[in-house]
Amino acid sequence: MARAGLSVVLLERGEFPGAKNIFGGVLYRKQLEDIVPEFWKEKGFPMERHIVEQRIWMMGKESVVTFGHRNEAYKQPYNCFTGLRVKFDQWFADKAVQAGAIPVYQTVATDVIREGSRVVGVKTDRADGDLYANVVVIADGVNSLLGKALGIHKEWRPDEVSLAVKEVIALPKEKIEDRFNLEGDEGVTIEFMGETTLGMAGMGFLYTNKETLSLGVGVMVDQLREKKVKPYALLEAAKQHPMIRKLIQGGETLEYSGHLIPEGGYHSIPPLSGDGWCVVGDAAQLVNFVHREGTNLAMTSGRFAGEAIVEAKGRGDYSRASLQSYDRKIRSSFIEADLKKYKGMHQLLKEQDPELLFDKLPHALNEAAYQLFLVDGLSKAQKQKTAIKLIKDAAGGTVNLLKLGYKGWRAMNG
Amino acid sequence: MLHLIVCIKQVPDSREIRIDPVNNTLIRQGVPSIVNFYDLHGLEEALRIKDEHGARVTVVTMGPPPAEKALKECISLGADEAVLVTDRKFAGADTLATSYVIAKTIRKVEEVWGPADIVFCGKQTLDGDTGQVGPGIACRLDLEQLTYVGKVVRVDPSSRKVTVHRFLEDGIEVVESSMPVLITALKELNKVRRAPLPGMIRAARYKPYIWTTEDFPDLDASKIGLKGSPTIVSKTWVPEVRKINGQAVGGESEREIAGALVEQLWKPVCRKNSGGHREGRESACLREEKLNRPPIGPITAACW
Repeated sequence: MARAGLSVVLLERGEFPGAKNIFGGVLYRKQLEDIVPEFWKEKGFPMERHIVEQRIWMMGKESVVTFGHRNEAYKQPYNCFTGLRVKFDQWFADKAVQAGAIPVYQTVATDVIREGSRVVGVKTDRADGDLYANVVVIADGVNSLLGKALGIHKEWRPDEVSLAVKEVIALPKEKIEDRFNLEGDEGVTIEFMGETTLGMAGMGFLYTNKETLSLGVGVMVDQLREKKVKPYALLEAAKQHPMIRKLIQGGETLEYSGHLIPEGGYHSIPPLSGDGWCVVGDAAQLVNFVHREGTNLAMTSGRFAGEAIVEAKGRGDYSRASLQSYDRKIRSSFIEADLKKYKGMHQLLKEQDPELLFDKLPHALNEAAYQLFLVDGLSKAQKQKTAIKLIKDAAGGTVNLLKLGYKGWRAMNG
Repeated sequence: MLHLIVCIKQVPDSREIRIDPVNNTLIRQGVPSIVNFYDLHGLEEALRIKDEHGARVTVVTMGPPPAEKALKECISLGADEAVLVTDRKFAGADTLATSYVIAKTIRKVEEVWGPADIVFCGKQTLDGDTGQVGPGIACRLDLEQLTYVGKVVRVDPSSRKVTVHRFLEDGIEVVESSMPVLITALKELNKVRRAPLPGMIRAARYKPYIWTTEDFPDLDASKIGLKGSPTIVSKTWVPEVRKINGQAVGGESEREIAGALVEQLWKPVCRKNSGGHREGRESACLREEKLNRPPIGPITAACW
């Protein structure tokens, strides 16, 4: 918008952009490149490491079954990067400021100003704090004050949000490279589930940064409440797991943070625009929790909103009808397609016993793998039979396993 | 209309400064910069006078280009104009050279926006702690000076009088002075306001005036920067942290622990001083006797 010559004020409640934000730590090239072409060539770009390998771990009590992919092709061009929001957001906001946006930090937008059904600005927590505008882009995150003021979402239900806790752990560069088999700026991401979420629906992550590791675990808030588990206990459990412990040992914890993540999925997306407003990012529930994608959906929805507003300015019309070009851009993009694809996941997680999906099955899988790889004089046919039985038993029998597989397939495919 | 000039300095945020344990110097890398908070109290007072009587408030600072951010913060709070005096030739200035350049700057500000009625400085800076620059400026400009001001009682533009409270070690001194005057501010002077939204937006758009040595044709090169700074830092060190001998009390139950704690609290002085200084022991014991404490009865363990 600023590049197109519009007068833009960037309101941020933190001392600086990124001061109040956390994320796991993966940024995707494609979505960022659409906004800042060839950004990775920029000297000041706050990249931590470019990811050449992604691993998925199913955790047993003292074991892990791994699935992963490593490819040199991820270097040309890069696919994704690890980053730290405290650095990235400042760099990203500076792009807007350089383009002419006016930065106003340490300021909270507390309410919208309306004239009839039309939003004409925001109230802030500063003296003389009313700010009038043709369009308000609501981008105030998971606990969107403006979204609530507009009535487009109420307080989240505990089964619509997860709580992620994260530590940034310092380790010498050389140790990170040795432990994760990396060279230079190469990086690895590990997503893990099973033992480490203590029987609750959720996942953990371990990402490599330049001289730190980002380690976190996120679980649904309703289950955290039900099990009466403290968030830090969850992270501690992950840190004690032998597979994680060996990777982080000797590290010094630099930061501990926690944040809610909207995970209601496709069905929780509110109306995306109205007379004089658009809603983007977490405030609009645009998070693909299956693929840990939130920041790139936020950036892309922000870009679409910006484009729609520039078009609306061209028409001199900021009405709901005019701003619905933003909705159309979302609907015809990967954002809607991806969230629609997984629209059944939320229901699946609600219906299924989390212990089955996040505890019994991962453990059975580990036991099955152990039996398969153990050479103890039994025939391979017997071993295969034992392994399959372990998984079937964990699911409560063949029929239940097939049912679960079918439900899972349905949930993953719209 | 009154013209109030506020001298500020951008300093490292002392809450986040650490000392290099090897060479005992400040680790400034990665430490955010802030406006010296005593200066902010000076600015706040100037803004209060502006609110009450109407005034032009001009902020000046000497420092490297990033100090522009500090000036913008002052603009957001309500200052009218801001001037950054910056040049590599000013680098390395001690309080003598700094007060020389700031005095010259104030004279130039007066040429542009009119004569100053009150000049505000902070009591001292958080990084230098000398408290010399304010008086140095007053001396060079031949201004009345009111240091350690904790309250401005009255500013009367018609009689050109200012009445203040100076907070001294042994009391408060009520002083009246005629203008022009230089005031150095204490933190007790006022509560610094939060910038209003229009101020924030004005600050984001505002470009401070940048003056270099070229803007001061009559500047004496021998009085600026390192050349004009006779101060030599011969040594710096970190004072040793005083060690306090802690003592842990224990017990099987909360009741026992509480009992042991109370025991220690009642009897520490006489016991500790038994082999120590005679006067200390006697006076401590006397204090204990004077307490005429009641006998300790059953203790109810409280959970907290």
